[in-house]
Amino acid sequence: MIIGKVIGSVVSTQKDDKMRDMKLLIVQRHDHNNKPVEEIAVCVDAVGAGLHEMVLYCTGSSARQTKLTEGKPCDAVIMAILNSWDIAGKEIFQKERDA
Amino acid sequence: MDLARVIGRVVSTLKIEGLEGVTLQWIQPLHGDGTPLGRPLVACDTAHSGIGDLVYYIDGREASFPLPVRFVPVDATIVGHVEEVGLKSNQTFPRFDPKY
Repeated sequence: MIIGKVIGSVVSTQKDDKMRDMKLLIVQRHDHNNKPVEEIAVCVDAVGAGLHEMVLYCTGSSARQTKLTEGKPCDAVIMAILNSWDIAGKEIFQKERDA
Repeated sequence: MDLARVIGRVVSTLKIEGLEGVTLQWIQPLHGDGTPLGRPLVACDTAHSGIGDLVYYIDGREASFPLPVRFVPVDATIVGHVEEVGLKSNQTFPRFDPKY
C-alpha cells in the first residue's frame, strides 16, 4: 500500500453509473520520510477520510475488495487513516503533532 | 514474490473492517543482490517480522489471501522470513540489517 495526504476532493455528476455514491478524494503520495512526491491519485474513500489527513491507499485489482467498490471500475481505494509511523525506530509522523 | 527489508512500523486505528489486528510495516523492496529497489511501501505482516529483518512479500490481489479476512483491499503482505540467500556469485547479504 501507499501513503499519501488528502489534498482535495473530486465532484463529478456525469460519470459511469457504477461510480454512483462514491466519494472521490485526491491524494498526494508521500514518501516514508513524509515528503510529498510527484504522484497523485484519485481514490475512492472507504473509511471517511477528511482533508489534509494522512491516509493509506491500495491500488490495482485489490482495490475492488470492499463492499463499496466490489465490481466497480475502481483501482485505488483509501483503506486506512494513519495515526503515526516510524522508520528505524525514529518517529516520522504523529497525527496530533503534524496534522 | 519479492525480497524486502522491514524498515519501520505504521500505526492506524481507523482501518477498513476486516483489517482489525493486522500489523502494518514499512518495507524496502530489494534487488537480488540486496540493493534497494524503488520506493519503500507499506505491507501487512502475517510473519511477525521485526525492524531490520529480511523478508519476502506477495503483492497484488493475492496479498489478502494470508490474512484472517480475505475480502480486504490489500496489495502487499509479508509472508515469510529469509534465513539465507544463495546466489551464483555466492555473495551473501545479511539476514538482519542493524542499520534499521
